[in-house]
Amino acid sequence: MAELFTVGETIRDTKAPAGPIQDQWEARRFGAKLISPANRRSLSVIIVGTGLAGASAAATLGEAGYRVKSFCYQDSPRRAHSIAAQGGINAAKDYRNDGDSIRRLFYDTVKGGDYRSRESNVYRLAEVSSSIIDQCVAQGVPFARDYGGLLDTRSFGGVQVSRTFYARGQTGQQLLLGAYQALERQAAAGTVEVHTRHEMLDLIVIDGKTRGIVVRDMVTGALETHLADAVVLASGGYSNVYHLSTNAVGCNTTATWRAHRKGALFANPCFTQIHPTCIPVSGEHQSKLTLMSESLRNDGRIWVPKEAADGRRPGEIPDGERDYYLERQYPAFGNLVPRDVASRAAKNQCDAGRGAGPGGRGVYLDFADAIARLGRAAIEEKYGNLFDMYHKITDDDPYQVPMRIYPAVHYTMGGLWVDYDLESSIPGLFVIGEANFSDHGANRLGASALMQGLADGYFILPNTISDYFAKNAGTETTDASHPEAVKAVDAVRARITTFLTINGDRSVDSFHQELGSIVWEYCGMERNAEGLQRALGLIRALREEFWTNVKVTGTNEELNQTLERAGRVADFFELAELMCIDALHRLESCGSHFRTESQTDDGEALRDDAAFAYVAAWEFTGDNAPPILRKESLEYHNVELTQRSYK
Amino acid sequence: MKITLRIWRQHDREAAGRMVSYGVDGVSPDMSFLEMLDVLNEQLTAAGDDPVAFDNDCREGICGMCSLVINGIAHGPEGLTASCQLYMRHFSDGDTIDIEPWRSPSFPILKDLIVDRSAFDRIIQAGGYISSPTGAAPDAAAMLVPKKDADRAFDAAICIGCGACVAACPNGSAMLFTGAKATHLGALPQGQIERNSRSLAMVNQHDAEGFGGCTEIGECTAVCPVGIPLDMISRLNGDVLSALRHNTT
Amino acid sequence: MPGACEIARPRMLASWLDRAYGRPMGTGNVVGLRSTAVRSSVALHAAMAVSGLIMVLFLLAHMYGNLKIFEGRQAFDGYSGYLREAGEPLLPRTGALWIVRVVLLISVLVHIYAAFTLWHRSRSATAGKGGWRYETTKNRRGVQRSYASFTMRWGGVVVGLFVIYHLLHLSADYIAPGGASPSPYQRVVNGFSIWWVVLSYMIALIALGFHLRHGVWSAFASLGTNSSVARRRVLNLVATFVALLILVGFLIPPLVIFAGWVR
Repeated sequence: MAELFTVGETIRDTKAPAGPIQDQWEARRFGAKLISPANRRSLSVIIVGTGLAGASAAATLGEAGYRVKSFCYQDSPRRAHSIAAQGGINAAKDYRNDGDSIRRLFYDTVKGGDYRSRESNVYRLAEVSSSIIDQCVAQGVPFARDYGGLLDTRSFGGVQVSRTFYARGQTGQQLLLGAYQALERQAAAGTVEVHTRHEMLDLIVIDGKTRGIVVRDMVTGALETHLADAVVLASGGYSNVYHLSTNAVGCNTTATWRAHRKGALFANPCFTQIHPTCIPVSGEHQSKLTLMSESLRNDGRIWVPKEAADGRRPGEIPDGERDYYLERQYPAFGNLVPRDVASRAAKNQCDAGRGAGPGGRGVYLDFADAIARLGRAAIEEKYGNLFDMYHKITDDDPYQVPMRIYPAVHYTMGGLWVDYDLESSIPGLFVIGEANFSDHGANRLGASALMQGLADGYFILPNTISDYFAKNAGTETTDASHPEAVKAVDAVRARITTFLTINGDRSVDSFHQELGSIVWEYCGMERNAEGLQRALGLIRALREEFWTNVKVTGTNEELNQTLERAGRVADFFELAELMCIDALHRLESCGSHFRTESQTDDGEALRDDAAFAYVAAWEFTGDNAPPILRKESLEYHNVELTQRSYK
Repeated sequence: MKITLRIWRQHDREAAGRMVSYGVDGVSPDMSFLEMLDVLNEQLTAAGDDPVAFDNDCREGICGMCSLVINGIAHGPEGLTASCQLYMRHFSDGDTIDIEPWRSPSFPILKDLIVDRSAFDRIIQAGGYISSPTGAAPDAAAMLVPKKDADRAFDAAICIGCGACVAACPNGSAMLFTGAKATHLGALPQGQIERNSRSLAMVNQHDAEGFGGCTEIGECTAVCPVGIPLDMISRLNGDVLSALRHNTT
Repeated sequence: MPGACEIARPRMLASWLDRAYGRPMGTGNVVGLRSTAVRSSVALHAAMAVSGLIMVLFLLAHMYGNLKIFEGRQAFDGYSGYLREAGEPLLPRTGALWIVRVVLLISVLVHIYAAFTLWHRSRSATAGKGGWRYETTKNRRGVQRSYASFTMRWGGVVVGLFVIYHLLHLSADYIAPGGASPSPYQRVVNGFSIWWVVLSYMIALIALGFHLRHGVWSAFASLGTNSSVARRRVLNLVATFVALLILVGFLIPPLVIFAGWVR
């Protein structure tokens, strides 16, 4: 294993002020230098991605008076994949008087993340959560209300309070539209310049500071250089390394990976969340998987037949012959155990042959009891759109027959390493939302991604970025003719030319599909040394074949979707390798990362805090060169490390 | 299943386009319509041809990027369904399916089945928001919203901005899109202050983009993948007329 | 504030109508929002709705007058005379009639102006092809378009041409199939005794019925009264009722005369 990577110097966050955790954010805000409103016009910032984090950051920085350039690969900022988030958004409002508080949200998130996240960041997230709801309501986000006109909440996996605000099953859509509208308002005001159908292909670093990006105009193929005083990546996660995931098919790692190659540390890449409630794969043609919101587990009961290979239809199986295995194994949380636990439990049932449906890769999520108890209308009100979506995809009516679900890749906790200011290891490069690694440790709790994206974009980044500007920016001007900028554009052009000239036999998609199945098989829900080693070999061989045998049709100077995909898949290859190395080196089980070598007697994840209570941040050293592991040790002063138990 | 496709091919914005026929074999009823197009594109790539360009992203009916006119109907024959959520089980072996892009001079074709819908962004820019700068918000519970109003706002806010309404409208009108946004924000107490100026600004931009007027035919609602109802246009009409009568802007 | 900046995009499809009458070009500034919106499609549709509803009210009154034919020649001709004398002595002779005529003429002009401007805009917005802008020949009728909505514009033209013919026939006595007469009653009876005159009126009235079926509904919707699904149902019922009432009410006299029951 030693030849796979080397261990470098440790790193640590230097921005979080000392002191009690509840005072840190206030202290940091006070300590951060400000930029006067008059001077903001002369400062520019590039924001890549227009999801919750990117759109909210662009709108807020625009309102503050900075010159913002916003980029997305879609045809409109409103399409970013945050839009597909269903369930809800957490906030420590305690409107229910059920014992919720900032500290409890903080505690739940650290515990849910299996003690692999940074305390200071998570506490701050819980602290600002409440303002997010205020902000969104003021923007006109139509959250669900009760008959008294107050905001309604529901509970989500891994917690015992009701703190999740929601807009039917489309919370992400509503929050994103709120942020998108705020962004477009700034576009109209002239503070934000929106560039749609532009994909970032490289980062420009000049004299150790981030100064811009190279983008490709996806309509004309023109390569453009955009320079600014700081760059913010809000480009989302890398679930699509698995080919099949619940992410939009366009989601990719290119922005974060290119930054990584330019020196940004990539932290915990092996922490990828497998969501327990997705619609099972139906065939080889499948291009993506569809999530059924976790909120369904509030009312749905998960079961499998007690007998393996039970061929009966679900309706024919009497209650006594069903195994409601989550309720049996985890009586305290029942169907609402965290995602990693629920996913692995489903996998274990299917591995034991008790899976339902074609191929045996599925478990039942049954609403019969809930419909009997609450009535069909109540279920329709809560989950109508999800039921319709399920019906459309599977042709089964979930009001009549239980849904079939199976885990699928959904979210990546890993991402670019950032400090308390959300600044990466390259000065002037900030990373927000799913693209960074900061808040969810080894497992994310439901309804926390929306919270983090908006916390970063609305409240955290706008307060910390000014400190960077005050200390660094505006000192020297530069333009597109700077040698570093020219070099970056040339490198991008060379890479594109390579894709177009290989002219092999295999399509980009077939490579992606094969890569995905390797990563899913060996670096998915369960990992072990042997499998990961094998995966590394397979990935490298496939990558080699890719660079000699891929077929990319057309030219650069046109709208060329194959070319777009080729670049993304090429970056996924490199990332997949790092994921496997990361997974291989972390010889413990924690959260979503389950090493079969490290489990308790009853098959639960066994953490090794003495050896692995650190963030694994990886430094790029060159193509085919072993990366350097830089550890940031995690210290817990406010939460006691315990073995997670949801029993 | 074996399907014959007739697809609009157009190299770029300026080029002339035409319908081209392709055969696709081995289509499974469980495939989504876009997965069937993926199969076609694999075939075309293998043959060294240019794959068909079409917009898509989330493939779960929420991002609004997919935009195919299938057999003359925006998003195809199934109601309340975006192109990406249409499954091949709704077609039969041997069918010929015509696929075209949204057609509207306000949505120029960029390539094949891809159009430029930035006009919608500009309508939102004109006024499709509530001015609420970050940090200025009062506590969320400070304002009660009757459930009825919150629900109505939500029913309007689910518009995915795909543009099928424009594609289907014999007048090339985008009033369903515009009306949905006006209804969403106008149904909420937070949205009252800018209600007049918002409706005027959005309608002005709608017209400036070259979209036609609404003649209340309802073709848009028949193809809308999320079921935005026609009354949302009427609400916008009412708001505009009220704003014209009352000088509050 | 909405519309605080210029974000309009110049339209490529120039048109003489828009140049002549001005088309809203972007939002300009806040002050300009209203002056621009006055020329918006929404405002034009409202103008069309109001002028159309005025004409519907006139038609209902006209229909009521027509039915006086059953009271005989004296009553009918007397009613016709009354229309000229109404409002006397406050108004001069035919004063009230002229007020109605002027209001109707303005309504007609507004209706036609709005109709042609909107028609033109809708042609530009569909590259001149309307609902038939797709290559495919499948589903050309759309998914739920009604025949009435489909034929609004050409139906309107038919009705317009008919109104001219009708005025020349029964008002001006200029075209006089069956024989001219100073008595309005006689003119009606003479005309409707001829099969092709009755047929031409029937065709025009059916076109009018379709025009009203969609027109009344869409007038209310254009004025913002279609505020819910329930309301939509009511408005559609009202439109159907008005259209049928006017169709039947206007059809009865010619058919009855042609059948020879009134002579």
